[in-house]
Amino acid sequence: MATPSLPIASRLAANAARLPSDRLRPLEVAFWLAWVAAFFLFPSYRLLGSQILITGLFAVSLDLILGYAGIVSLGHAAFFGVGAYTAGLLAVHGWHEPISGLFAAAIVAAIVGYLVSFLVVRGGDLTRLMVTLGIGLMLWEAANKAAFITGGVDGLSGVTIAPIFGLWTFDLAGRTAFVYALVVVFVVFMVMRRLVHSPFGLSLRGIQQGGRRMPAIGAPVARRLRAIFTVAAAVAGTAGALLAQTTQFVGIDSLGFQRSADLLIMLVLGGTGRLYGGLVGAIVFMLAQDYLSGIDPVYWQFWIGFLLVVVVLFAHGGILGGLQALRTRFLRR
Amino acid sequence: MRELLAVDNVTAGYGAAVVLEDVTLSLAEGDSLALLGRNGVGKTTLLVTLMGLTRLHRGSLQFAGANLAALSTYARARAGIGWVPQERYMWPSLTIEEHLTSVARPGRWTLAKIYEIFPRLEERRGNFGNQLSGGEQQMLAIARALVVNPRLLLLDEPMEGLAPIIVQDLMKVIRGLVAEGGMAMVIVEQHAKLALSLTRNAIVLDRGRIVHRSPSEALLEDPQTLHRLVAVA
Repeated sequence: MATPSLPIASRLAANAARLPSDRLRPLEVAFWLAWVAAFFLFPSYRLLGSQILITGLFAVSLDLILGYAGIVSLGHAAFFGVGAYTAGLLAVHGWHEPISGLFAAAIVAAIVGYLVSFLVVRGGDLTRLMVTLGIGLMLWEAANKAAFITGGVDGLSGVTIAPIFGLWTFDLAGRTAFVYALVVVFVVFMVMRRLVHSPFGLSLRGIQQGGRRMPAIGAPVARRLRAIFTVAAAVAGTAGALLAQTTQFVGIDSLGFQRSADLLIMLVLGGTGRLYGGLVGAIVFMLAQDYLSGIDPVYWQFWIGFLLVVVVLFAHGGILGGLQALRTRFLRR
Repeated sequence: MRELLAVDNVTAGYGAAVVLEDVTLSLAEGDSLALLGRNGVGKTTLLVTLMGLTRLHRGSLQFAGANLAALSTYARARAGIGWVPQERYMWPSLTIEEHLTSVARPGRWTLAKIYEIFPRLEERRGNFGNQLSGGEQQMLAIARALVVNPRLLLLDEPMEGLAPIIVQDLMKVIRGLVAEGGMAMVIVEQHAKLALSLTRNAIVLDRGRIVHRSPSEALLEDPQTLHRLVAVA
């Protein structure tokens, strides 16, 4: 057989040209435009909006490992907290520039994620749950113990962030915070969207659905799981850094179990394995939290629990899965 | 032809249980081999041993001059061994095209070339793994092994459970692949005559040991021996 005459670059390009389409659909464009509209229509909700966006990005990071690679985690807040403390500590110690702070937080969270990934990838579901839970608890206690660095349970204050590109100062009304969060979340989301549609992302779904035999078919399971875990940690770290920069404070709860548990609820509510599920789950959860805690500040979680049970029992695939099923049923008629 | 695969006195199985005993065979670049035998004699075990999915108790495995036994399963696939498992392993949430792009490696087997030999897959490229017929699943399993651009293709019961018309189509494709000579091939098949008509050499296993080896054509022309070895009329 003759050696193929095409150079490798041309062959790769030919293959890439046949990749599944990942062009933005009209509904997605509408979703992002709605955020722009929300900025103008609901000026008094800009702070809440920025927090929803940040939490949504955090939920997307969990979706990368849970929804696409099947890695269950109860300690994902560890990476969120690492990112938040990295950005916060940099700012406290004189590095006030926000964009580089974000990158630094993502890199530190990625390094921690990479190291943890070796422990996570080797086990089954229960092992993964316990390892991630354990890592989260260890980091929380480490931050608590190192109060002279982190501020302990009082949190890290004195976080001063310079104006973005020297032009836009973080204001009390949350104007800059909203736009900054929206731009960062949009850019990171689009990169993740491309990633999950790439051959790498597709192979993760293959691993999730039949991992044991994947190496024999041509995908290195452990290496790919470590890679996506590291990427997810970097994204979670970015979300943590965004929260630290926009609120100019880092609370120890950023590393806490409650944050990891809430995140899992949001993702399951929105729908796993869809990327947008994380964003939708964060919107629903946080708006419900805002509304319900206004009505009943003590027992509002009852209704969140009720919503979770209803969605899990009656909407396979979360809210987005339920909507898709309704659409399919409607189109069949 | 240069030697591609050398299996030397291999004893292997699942954990402590030994299934294959003292198996020795070799395969040249572009060559083809039918692996025959009754149910449960170790044909599939030999293929999964080549993929590193069993425990190698004794013996050596060489592939293109390298020690195959030292390589992980993924490294074996990357080194150029394509595997079409009997179970096919379709992924329900991936489309045909996504199945292929998820594992594709640069080489002459591009999507375009795959669709050339399997036009049915191109027609249904947007269908998910759980929306395919048995024949389409088998085509996809073969295509997925080809896009890894292997030097050795292992086909485990490729015709099992398929309608005669689909078997004919697949036979045509496999015959074309063998005729091209671009990669070596090992075919495990219950339908011995089909496998023999596709390959150059044949090996018959019984209770984990090789009990017969000959050119495929010779075995095909000796129905008595074939019947005695694999109980096929």
